[in-house]
Amino acid sequence: MATTTGNPETSEAGTEEGVRRRDFIEIAAVSAAGIGGLAMVYPLVSQMSPSADVLAASTTELDISELQVGQAVKASFRKQPVFVRRLTQGEIDEANAVATDSLRDPESLEDRTQPGHEDVLVVMGVCTHLGCVPLGAATGENKGEYNGYFCPCHGSHYDTAARIRKGPAPTNLVVPDYTFTSDTTIVIG
Amino acid sequence: MSFPWAKEYTPQNGFTKFLDERLPLPRLVYNAVGAGYPVPRNLSYFWNFGVLAGFCLVLQIVTGVVLAMHYAADAGVAFASVEHIMRDVNWGWLMRYAHANGASFFFLVIYIHIFRGFFYASYKPPREMIWLIGVVIFLLMMATAFMGYVLPWGQMSFWGAQVITGLFEAIPLVGESIKVWLLGGYAPDNAALNRFFSLHYLLPFVIAGCVILHIWALHIPGSSNPTGVEVKQESDTLPFHPYYTAKDGFGLGVFLLIYFAFVFFLPNVLGHPDNYIEANPLSTPAHIVPEWYFYPFYAILRAFTFDFILPAKLWGVLAMFAAILVWFFLPWLDKGPVRSGHYRPLFRKFFWFGLIPCMAVLFVCGGAPAEEPYVMISQIATAYYFLHFLVILPIVSSIERPDPLPYSITEAVLGSDKKAVLGENAEPAGA
Repeated sequence: MATTTGNPETSEAGTEEGVRRRDFIEIAAVSAAGIGGLAMVYPLVSQMSPSADVLAASTTELDISELQVGQAVKASFRKQPVFVRRLTQGEIDEANAVATDSLRDPESLEDRTQPGHEDVLVVMGVCTHLGCVPLGAATGENKGEYNGYFCPCHGSHYDTAARIRKGPAPTNLVVPDYTFTSDTTIVIG
Repeated sequence: MSFPWAKEYTPQNGFTKFLDERLPLPRLVYNAVGAGYPVPRNLSYFWNFGVLAGFCLVLQIVTGVVLAMHYAADAGVAFASVEHIMRDVNWGWLMRYAHANGASFFFLVIYIHIFRGFFYASYKPPREMIWLIGVVIFLLMMATAFMGYVLPWGQMSFWGAQVITGLFEAIPLVGESIKVWLLGGYAPDNAALNRFFSLHYLLPFVIAGCVILHIWALHIPGSSNPTGVEVKQESDTLPFHPYYTAKDGFGLGVFLLIYFAFVFFLPNVLGHPDNYIEANPLSTPAHIVPEWYFYPFYAILRAFTFDFILPAKLWGVLAMFAAILVWFFLPWLDKGPVRSGHYRPLFRKFFWFGLIPCMAVLFVCGGAPAEEPYVMISQIATAYYFLHFLVILPIVSSIERPDPLPYSITEAVLGSDKKAVLGENAEPAGA
């Protein structure tokens, strides 16, 4: 604030402790401008977040009464694929046969399903490596070496509980928040 | 450029020294809007409006870039996407109202800026180039504002596009083909909307480029001032920073208070309710007018109702464009040796009691329905408008005997140049 002028009042206008009224005005004005400027940044940043209509479309209701044992369906949740699979007894056994501790992302099948519905596996169809959609939900697709899902982009193999077993993905396929509103209906989100 | 006593930029540390030797950007800023730009010490608040216009341009670009992230330039969804911005997008209402009212305030600021130029004859040598570039900027602004107004695809958008592109039909022989070419169809539709959006995004950056030329040209002779007397000595000037950064900052604060009063409390006052009705190619609104800032020129367009050698429609279009093009010739139409209206008694009278009332009348008529008495009044006002620039101004400036000018800016400010001892009792500024 090294403002100097030819105005002779400047030097004698100093009050106690050498604080000039002009210093106060300058600091107040610049602070107000700074705070006002920052306050404008918030809306400019916030406008890029999901808008109200996007947030409103953030639950998906799914009827799984027609889903046969061993079958999987692809649904859409927040514009992303969700895999819902009714596991066969073989697949459940296969998943439970693995020691959880030996896994990259240790979770049991029980952790990844809901009580009373251990045969229904709901996971996001989004590879945790870089976001591709893994294969294995549709009939005839490559299920990978562990008989679950296989991501063709960079070769991540998921097992029957959709846990990462081989390849670059860091974690298991994500289980979204969902609830059974009846025995045959789930609501995701 | 600049004056011999302009303070030279000295890098304060290793980093700015490094920069200064490679890309002297801090030096450029220092010499443009810092302590290195000496400015006449007597500038009034009318000299705030250049900075305000620059601020408006930045404001429009920032809010416009944001709006373009959410807007869809498709005739099927454009209207809905604007409502989506208003209702769903976070702070979308603020961005849109800030942009729409920002356009109005940009024009308000630019009109004051232009009429400041008229009164103080800022267009006179050696500042003709600044003025010419300024008129180009104004034309670009009009094109940008028009195309922006089409984008919401409401009734006024659609019929505005129809009417303005219809102007080109007045051109003999090829007029109709030109209109069809401009629109990419026989009426405004998807093709027109898309190209208007593209150009509405492009032109502001062209304006920004012209603004750089405008300021560059300004910094050759330096700013004019209310006396119109050129800077003679160091005591006539003050460094831009802190003196005019502070003064412009204060003016900006006042501007923002008024502007945000509109954005928050009267956001639709300057618009037309009809534009909240989606475009309907089969029904024209009963009372169709442009935005307020085009009223005077719209009045000139409608003032021609009779064929005289050429069809009335062509006269209207020619007159409307000529009303702005005539500004290009101002530096040569005004023959007076003195700049400032303060020292030109006759010139001043024709400014306050001729040009200003004429513009006010044209403004009122432009917003009024196309019926009597408005048509006749706008014909008289249009006649005066051209008479003022093409006849009155050259004659008045030739025969007028100006009042005595002060010897220098310092004398105008302090009463006597001998007391001009600013340099003596001032500590070195910018220390």
